[in-house]
Amino acid sequence: MIDLTGLETRPAQTWGSVRLVPLVRREPILDLRLHATIYGDEPSVVSLTDRTSYRAYIPHAFVASWTRDGTPAAAYGTQIDEPVRHIGIRTRRRMARRVDKNRLRFLPMHLAVEGYLALHFNGPEIVWEEWSRRDLSPRVEVVYSGGEISGLADALRIFEIYPGQCGLMIYVADALAAATVVPHPDDYRALHPTLIHDLYGELIHEYALYHPVRDVPAVVDASRVASLGDLRAAAERHEREWASFHDTTMAAGMLSSPGRVEEVYRFGPFRLSRFLPRFEPRRENHIGETITSDDGQVAYLKTFRLSQAQIRRGYLLTRLAEHDWHIGRTAAALGTTPEDLGSRLERAGFGHLLRRHVLDHYRAGRRGQAG
Amino acid sequence: METFADLIECEDVLLFVNAAITSTGQREFHSTQAEQRLSLRFLHSYIDGNYPEIYAATLALEINDHNAAMIIRNLLVRHGGDGALIAWRLSRMAPQRVYRLFQDLRRLGVNNRRTRAIIAGWLSGRSDLAFDAVKYRTALKDAVRHAHLRLEGELGDFLFAPRGRARFDHPLLDAWRRAHYEKAAVYELPYTVAEGFAARHGIKRQIFMERIAPRLTRLERMRLAESARDQGVEPDLAAMPLVRLASYALSLPFQTRARRRTELTAALRAAAARAAGTRAGTWGRVTAVLDDSFSAFGSVTKRHRPLAVAVACHHLLEALAGDYRGLWLSGGDDPLMARPTGPTPLGRRIVDGLETAPERLVIVSDGWDNAPPGLAAEVLRVWRARLDPDRRVSIVHVNPVYDAGGFEVRRLAPGVPTAGIRDAEDLPALVELAQFAEGRTGPAELRAYLAERAAERMAERAPGAAERMGERAPGVAERMGERAPGVAERMGERAAGVAERMAGR
Repeated sequence: MIDLTGLETRPAQTWGSVRLVPLVRREPILDLRLHATIYGDEPSVVSLTDRTSYRAYIPHAFVASWTRDGTPAAAYGTQIDEPVRHIGIRTRRRMARRVDKNRLRFLPMHLAVEGYLALHFNGPEIVWEEWSRRDLSPRVEVVYSGGEISGLADALRIFEIYPGQCGLMIYVADALAAATVVPHPDDYRALHPTLIHDLYGELIHEYALYHPVRDVPAVVDASRVASLGDLRAAAERHEREWASFHDTTMAAGMLSSPGRVEEVYRFGPFRLSRFLPRFEPRRENHIGETITSDDGQVAYLKTFRLSQAQIRRGYLLTRLAEHDWHIGRTAAALGTTPEDLGSRLERAGFGHLLRRHVLDHYRAGRRGQAG
Repeated sequence: METFADLIECEDVLLFVNAAITSTGQREFHSTQAEQRLSLRFLHSYIDGNYPEIYAATLALEINDHNAAMIIRNLLVRHGGDGALIAWRLSRMAPQRVYRLFQDLRRLGVNNRRTRAIIAGWLSGRSDLAFDAVKYRTALKDAVRHAHLRLEGELGDFLFAPRGRARFDHPLLDAWRRAHYEKAAVYELPYTVAEGFAARHGIKRQIFMERIAPRLTRLERMRLAESARDQGVEPDLAAMPLVRLASYALSLPFQTRARRRTELTAALRAAAARAAGTRAGTWGRVTAVLDDSFSAFGSVTKRHRPLAVAVACHHLLEALAGDYRGLWLSGGDDPLMARPTGPTPLGRRIVDGLETAPERLVIVSDGWDNAPPGLAAEVLRVWRARLDPDRRVSIVHVNPVYDAGGFEVRRLAPGVPTAGIRDAEDLPALVELAQFAEGRTGPAELRAYLAERAAERMAERAPGAAERMGERAPGVAERMGERAPGVAERMGERAAGVAERMAGR
């Protein structure tokens, strides 16, 4: 569960199929600041400690600077803690992960995406006879950059940033595409243009083409207004209603999304972690990463909405892992037959995990059922 | 009796006039240049196709040069319109725009006798054609060739056979000849021409600016003031129109604005007092809601234009009102330090404005109300329906931006008149006209007002065209004026009908 206490929802701004909901922080976080380091257009290769590598188009990295005593960040003299789980990220230009004593470079969103790709990456832990002896490598997912989402560039360009704004939720056809939260309004102002370089799923790309959205217009009940004060109260009521509707209905799927949270790095009073959803088919599933302070306040958040196919892949992998990769038991838990599970695995792109003759056998079985 | 078609016609024409006042076919905050041009082109051909006489007559209104040039071009293409009216409008247009229009006509192959007569007429009205021959050499050559004219004396040789003469009698023409080899002669030429010669002679920019400074026009002086301040180029703030002055002030960095605060404020106040004229101090209690949200930035081609209009209106209203209050959307109170930032909470600011109990409320905004969207419309609707049914407070919305997607300036609410605005100097006229649309003043007063406007025009116009024009312009205005209140009523009825049906469900 993501807790966005301290962030207030303000009225949305719409353009085409995009609805942008600003989040405003009353008191900005001063002891953690973010800024972007822009990389070139070439694809990046990030080598991970488990001797796998992550290749992707990474337009920029974020650099977090912090202080431990709560004084405004930018002061030096603090020490970085040992990482909880060491995943050394290196681009081929060997950009160090730790750029200075109290500065941390990380690749926004790719941290979470790598978490999703590495899900049960090593393949079956118990090699039942059905499985071939291969792992999931290479595990590939395709996403769209913000520039390819129709209308998003214009929507972001004409968006009017609120004073004190520290976050933005991007809806496309009223499906939450991404959420961003940063510690300080100045950071937001600086990082707003980088939203166009972020990743967006196939679902969002499709929705943006077909479904324009409309403003939620304010409605004032004229019969209950007897003075200007009433009019003002009605306006405030509308804003409160919108905020609570947004927080409890529109964003609910994302806020309740994290199923598994993994702490990646600990620095000063802050924790960088990434989360994976519960992989429930036919529901919203978001992966993402957060920086939280010791008191649980979310200083940084970035999420990515998985498409249905991606959810299905995650779902199958987690279900298999839950049942020790035993086909029969997993199929029974899913309420289906091993033949059907086999075809689902194949459709999800995991056919190569199964031995050839097992797969053929399942196919023949299915044909028999159909006949 | 009014027919439905009459109503539609009237709506269309008002919509077109608003568009023709605001749109310049340039990029705006919400739409690209291509979208603006496509939208405007459609609107022109729609009005021209459906109401050809009215289309021609709109030339007499305060529309901008870009649209006037488009109308004249379309009229000459289809042999329509009134020659005297066209000639009068051309005489008010900047020469470079007129030359561009002539080149357009040439490209389109429009070369009837009337077009040639109009070109010849306009050229004969130029005070010094030799100056044009130097400054707009190619364009003048095109126009002369296109209109089959024969220029008298050395001017013809200058344009078509400049090497045929050893020297010219006219000093400017001769300076142009000498400037090809003599550096000193460069500084006798107009700035834009001299700039080319300076590059050719490799004159250093600094030296060039120092010596050309006396030849700069007022606008060139203002444009170059910041880059060539050290070379002694000072802007001439005294005679500038309000919006230009505001644009200039907003183009300066904040420190400069703070340093030159007294000078800039004095210039803005003086320009406002000039524009207010005899109306100064007669408007009573006035409150303005002024838009300085991020969208007031305009675009890179119209930098700060909507904000500059708001700043100009602020100063003009200050001069017009007895008791004035300006409310900026951002909550700031220093128009000189205005910067376009933040959302557009128009609804709340209008409530703030109404709380000051004004006699007039003027809203200067591009109409993109988004915090929350639609609140301004609701506030204005409820205010009119519940709190001020007698319309004691007159509310007007003026909008400096043409919305390409909607084919008009964006409106706030059906009950509140919206007018397109280009120059702040037009504000009094727009606000007063808007009262007629509200139905607060009778047709007799409207006619009297328009007659006064027509008389003002007569004074400034060339005597020949004046009489014919005077007959036409009020005619059109009257037709529009009579219908405008009707439209407002009908729209109110329609809205009420819809509301009833909704309630019935």
